[in-house]
Amino acid sequence: MEAIEKKIETKELTISMGPQHPATHGVLRLVLDLDGETVIKCTPYVGYLHRGIEKLGENRTYFAALPLTDRLDYISSMNNNVGYVNAVEKLFGIEAPERAKFIRTMVAEMGRISSHIIWLGTHVLDIGATTPFLYAFRERERIMDLFEGLCGARLTVSYPRVGGVRNDVSQEFLDELYKFVLEFPSRIDDYETLVTENRVWKKRTVGIGVISAEEAINWGLTGGMLRGSGVNYDIRKHMPYDAYDKVEFDVPLGKNGDCYDRYLVRMGEMRQANRIIKQCIEKLAAGPVMADFPKFTLPPKDLILKDIERLIHQFVLITKGPVVPEGEVYSASEVPKGELGFYFVSDGTGKPYRMRVRAPSFVHASVLPKLCEGGLVADVIANIGTIDIVLGECDR
Amino acid sequence: MEPLQIAEKIKEKFPDEVLEIKEFREQVSVLLKKGRILDICKYLHDDPELCFDYLVDLCGADYAESKQKLEVIYHLYSISNEHAIRLKAEVPAINPEIDSVTSVWTGVNWHERECYDMFGIIFKGHPDLRRILMPEDWDGYPLRKDYPVEGQDEEWRGFKAVLDRSKRFKEFEWKG
Repeated sequence: MEAIEKKIETKELTISMGPQHPATHGVLRLVLDLDGETVIKCTPYVGYLHRGIEKLGENRTYFAALPLTDRLDYISSMNNNVGYVNAVEKLFGIEAPERAKFIRTMVAEMGRISSHIIWLGTHVLDIGATTPFLYAFRERERIMDLFEGLCGARLTVSYPRVGGVRNDVSQEFLDELYKFVLEFPSRIDDYETLVTENRVWKKRTVGIGVISAEEAINWGLTGGMLRGSGVNYDIRKHMPYDAYDKVEFDVPLGKNGDCYDRYLVRMGEMRQANRIIKQCIEKLAAGPVMADFPKFTLPPKDLILKDIERLIHQFVLITKGPVVPEGEVYSASEVPKGELGFYFVSDGTGKPYRMRVRAPSFVHASVLPKLCEGGLVADVIANIGTIDIVLGECDR
Repeated sequence: MEPLQIAEKIKEKFPDEVLEIKEFREQVSVLLKKGRILDICKYLHDDPELCFDYLVDLCGADYAESKQKLEVIYHLYSISNEHAIRLKAEVPAINPEIDSVTSVWTGVNWHERECYDMFGIIFKGHPDLRRILMPEDWDGYPLRKDYPVEGQDEEWRGFKAVLDRSKRFKEFEWKG
């Protein structure tokens, strides 16, 4: 046979991926410049879900802006609420009672598990493993049911409140949660059997989307993205809030900063979250769940219904908002995606003069070109999965 | 290092730049002139004792009504030395301009774009200063205090274009 020698004309191709694409996990749009299968340039476009949460927050009282934070990272709204109330409490200069702190830590870690489990399910589904996705939703469903029993809502919970939590936990809730906690490690083992040593999975993730420790810090990455590169930075350890300084847990670290190490880190985080929940249940002592600072926190509901003074007090707080001293506060919390920060500027009225949300997904989306450029198109999917972004939080 | 010590150190190094040092709830903010912000950031990043390797956040704030000024706020943290500081740089409300710090922290890129998008502050030396959350042809800067919460009276022209297009496609609708 004669060798066919023909000059084939090649040219670069620009394709638009998203905003409607199942693997972009929301409304993320990437414009990819391709040379064959290689990505030369990747330009992310965000903002399709921009609702102006910062602007809305500046026109509401501190209490009324709480439900807005549910809509940031809607997969783990509990963690956003906890971050928000902690920031507001810091600004007010008040502290929640011990029991409320433990409850908040507990529910925040439940939120972490439910978020990581969605990340695991969708990430491996994108790469081609369908099975863990189905099992992952079974566990998430149990946490959602627990949330529903706790506060009546599954997704947009608004359960933590400024000065404590909305209602105390019941014994049935704790029993059910304890049962879940005892069972959950074996479930993670199941996922790990399916995925961790899987040859296809390893080929798709080892050495993909590598970012070194120095680069990761310079890019401002946080959470699993940063710890996958081996940087030991966890806000729960560095600046403990709630009851994180009273529970024991380890911070899982990666080494190579690739998709596989980030996977291992997040799997480790789920085990640690489980450990924290267990300790919280065991250490939960009796006591009030709402702080009593009449200037800043609402009076209990049953007293409002009996006492006119309390009713007036509640009315004034709700309509005008608490009077906050002038000043500014930045407070960060470790949500499943990374560092969620709230920055408030108070001008002495009941509403924040400036409310800023530092969203981890926003920073992580900006690092996509760094991860994707020079790789293959198929690895773009792996990279979107590994950065674990939620566009509601990215666009705010 | 204690945050107040850091603030004093900045004042020692750049005595003419620091306008005010304030402490509230154990957090220290340093109000600066905008002129040498890049030098100050480089110094904070490179000095081994300070070593602010991680820029947590950059955002803007609008004080046009009270002070005729906008502010750019930098939250810095040092992962190796575990200390934090807040810098605030004043820019005039008319023709707001400031040097970009992307050469020091790469990750600040999108934060500066957002700040430009929401407040109209121009970052000189930024590699790709475009709007990020709002559409390219949006009028006004949403997070400024003179921008109404409900939005402007007139509909965005891009939305009109979408409506027109949907009307044109109406003839293809399934009549069943």
